[in-house]
Amino acid sequence: MKVLVPVKRVLDYNLKVRVKADGTGVDLSNLKMSMNPFDEIAVEEAVRMKEGGGGHPAGTATEVVAISIGPEQAQETIRTALAMGADRGILVKAEGEVEPLAVAKLLKAIVDAEQPGLVILGKQAIDDDSNQVGQMLAALLDWPQATFASKIVVAGGKINVTREIDGGLQTLSLETPAIVTTDLRLNEPRYASLPNIMKAKKKPIDAKTPADLGVDVAPRLTVVKVADPPKRQGGAKVKTVQDLVAGLKAAGVI
Amino acid sequence: MAYDAETRAQLIAGVRRFVEERLRPIEAEVAEADAVPEWALKEMAALGLYGLSIPQEFGGLGLTMEEECLVGFELGRCSPAFRSAFGTNVGIGSQGLVMFGTDEQKAKYLPGIASGAIVTSFALTEPEAGSDSAAVRTQALRDGDVYVLNGAKRYITNANRAGLFTVMARTDPDVKGGAGVSAFLVPRELKGVSVGKPEKKMGQQGAHICDVHFDDVRVPAENRLGEEGEGFKVAMRVLDRGRLHIASVCCGVAERLIEDCVKYAGERKQFGQALASFQMIQAMLADSRTEAYAARSMVLDAAKRRDAGENVTMHASCAKLYASEMVGRVADRAVQIFGGAGYTADHGVERLYRDVRIFRIYEGTSEIQRLVIAREMMRGGSI
Repeated sequence: MKVLVPVKRVLDYNLKVRVKADGTGVDLSNLKMSMNPFDEIAVEEAVRMKEGGGGHPAGTATEVVAISIGPEQAQETIRTALAMGADRGILVKAEGEVEPLAVAKLLKAIVDAEQPGLVILGKQAIDDDSNQVGQMLAALLDWPQATFASKIVVAGGKINVTREIDGGLQTLSLETPAIVTTDLRLNEPRYASLPNIMKAKKKPIDAKTPADLGVDVAPRLTVVKVADPPKRQGGAKVKTVQDLVAGLKAAGVI
Repeated sequence: MAYDAETRAQLIAGVRRFVEERLRPIEAEVAEADAVPEWALKEMAALGLYGLSIPQEFGGLGLTMEEECLVGFELGRCSPAFRSAFGTNVGIGSQGLVMFGTDEQKAKYLPGIASGAIVTSFALTEPEAGSDSAAVRTQALRDGDVYVLNGAKRYITNANRAGLFTVMARTDPDVKGGAGVSAFLVPRELKGVSVGKPEKKMGQQGAHICDVHFDDVRVPAENRLGEEGEGFKVAMRVLDRGRLHIASVCCGVAERLIEDCVKYAGERKQFGQALASFQMIQAMLADSRTEAYAARSMVLDAAKRRDAGENVTMHASCAKLYASEMVGRVADRAVQIFGGAGYTADHGVERLYRDVRIFRIYEGTSEIQRLVIAREMMRGGSI
């Protein structure tokens, strides 16, 4: 089974973002960019399916293809996936904002060409927190989907996905081909070994453009304003529960 | 072989992330237990850190000196005890073999050294031969197709974990000084090799040094590294490279301490304002930054020269002398900026203050570096 893993280049999760002075977005200049952490989990799961591990027998995945949509530098994000164990990469070069629907359309075009048995995506990217691409892709392809996976078991031609939901665990059984999006507890991604980082350079990356794939990526949405969260106000200590309740009432929150 | 810029950037980023996320959080625990946990040793081996300087054909990364120093800057950002675990495999424990080994010797040992399956130690120092390293007394007398080793080595890093020692021993008792010394690869399992208990040290808890004794150890003649009488040459060439590696680690520790200082000085308030707003604190930060930058520049310059094939004995000594003294001053200022918090154990500043003291002593004391620098100047008659 071929597995596709889309990976997004985002601001490194250790960094704090600064809102641009004109409120049109966040300032990314000169900041370290890394692979979206949920996508790292997706790559790890796919590589385990190929190499064996995490409950998957080796060979569950026959090939792992990492895809990134973004500027030229998104190639570095693909290299990271290749260093973790993906076999090859596809870079769709697109400058500027590419909205979730456009991403899903681009991925559909690649899926049509590649014919994978499974696409594993991060459930959302930590930059815009949209949480849409996996679901939109499933809809465009008319494939079954299981989002927020905390466990994936491939057995008897089916993909059984456990999801953490309110009140417990839910397990879905999907026919292949299918779409799965990863949650935080699915696995703990590896650190790419230094020799594998060196070897990743030799793995192929195909470059494409949205035009090659016949997709119009012009934005459909308009960003009205981006603002910092309101500054925290100083708190107050109370002596009794009665004081607490009175205080909350006075603040108008109960 | 030098790697391209993108691969190099990924390599450095990979090391930095591993250091920040996996090693730095357990620094205090390692110091307390005086041991690096097994899982961390395994992860360091899996990452490939034991093979940084081992040629690619033997399973290592074959980094250039410059690349090794760039990695050294990153490794310096966590307790030096971690680096010590694989440091001998990267430096003094393996480089004699890389530079002077026969094809058979390399094929036999280097793959295990690169993977971390074999930990190596460099056994030069003796109770009576410290800075005067040419005064080695350990003997290796030829007896047919073996050499019989007798003697004692002192302060041998990683000896308690080592599977292979590079031992400097006198093969010709009639020749005084370095010319009578030869180098040998001595596997730990040979009869008559014994290792003492780890010494109690001022800092770098988790890294260990021990005495090693050789009692009628019969070492096959094929384990001699280089020719008879070349041992001292082997040792000095190995130390050139080791000195640059150590200098790069000194820069890394200094840069980490400076970052910690900037953060603390920005947060800590006295007299109603942040420490960082006081000029005397700013002066300390500025001096530390300037000196760390100078040291980094020296290390990179010397490393590039070495990669270009120049003799860098003097440059390596300059870099090691300056960087090790520099990090001592930076650590001292860090304690001063943190004040009482720097003297107590909570922030790790006092721990690093103790850890960095050894950099001015091992792989050639500051005094020896000055002698080497002066000797090279007078020999070359130029800069």
